[in-house]
Amino acid sequence: MPINYYIFLSVALFCIGVAGVLTRRNAIIIFMCIELMLNSVNLLLVAFSKMHWHAMAATNPGAGANAQLFVFFIMIVAAAEVSVGLAIIVMMYRNTHSIDVNFLNRLKH
Amino acid sequence: MNITQVLFWFLSILAIVSAISMVISKNPVHSILWLIVVFVAISGHYILLNAQFLFIVNLIVYAGAIMVLFLFVVMLMNLNTDSEPQKNRWLKIAGVITGGSLLLVLVAALKRADLKTQLAETNIGDIGLVHNLGMTLFHDYVIPFEISSVLFLSAMVGVVVIGKKD
Repeated sequence: MPINYYIFLSVALFCIGVAGVLTRRNAIIIFMCIELMLNSVNLLLVAFSKMHWHAMAATNPGAGANAQLFVFFIMIVAAAEVSVGLAIIVMMYRNTHSIDVNFLNRLKH
Repeated sequence: MNITQVLFWFLSILAIVSAISMVISKNPVHSILWLIVVFVAISGHYILLNAQFLFIVNLIVYAGAIMVLFLFVVMLMNLNTDSEPQKNRWLKIAGVITGGSLLLVLVAALKRADLKTQLAETNIGDIGLVHNLGMTLFHDYVIPFEISSVLFLSAMVGVVVIGKKD
């Protein structure tokens, strides 16, 4: 497949994630939109890792493995981030009995 | 149009439609289920690109573990459509316009780029197999791998400290 199809698909998913973060007030949905943005970037990295396979296959058959490991490390960091973020959301719900992010504006005082 | 292209278009349309449904559905549980569909579609793209290891990791870690964690939190808080906070209409329209403008700018910038001849090779290559990725991971990336285990440990301790009733 031409690489620009993958680029446009990832851009579309990323922009849906951005629009979701801006339009929703539920903290969990906002968090899920951030996960969607991370995944669109992962998809683009994997597509790029297979871009020059023919040119590199003769000299360096392992070319592109670095990109896929980068995706693997992004997944690791995302898993750690999700656990901490959900703990913060649960604590916020326990204190305010709501997950509306507008309640958090008292942080500025 | 061969089977790869058919699968590519099917998975792309599935991913985009599910992502839009995820953003606009009122019930948080439905949003989570739509996001699982998006992740399964992205996993399908990985297997089209011959990234088998990432396919199975994405399916197990994202669509399995992380989304179940989200589902548990939503059900713990007993959220449903009635308790869903709503933004006023103008803020929603402004958010959609902002996201759409970002999409417009990126597409306009990338449309003229000379990428027509560059292909992402589908159905070929073996760099996505566990053997090759493991060789690279444990030859070149041992230190980041070990540091990520420290990251997990600190995340675990952090979750316990944050979630503790004081």
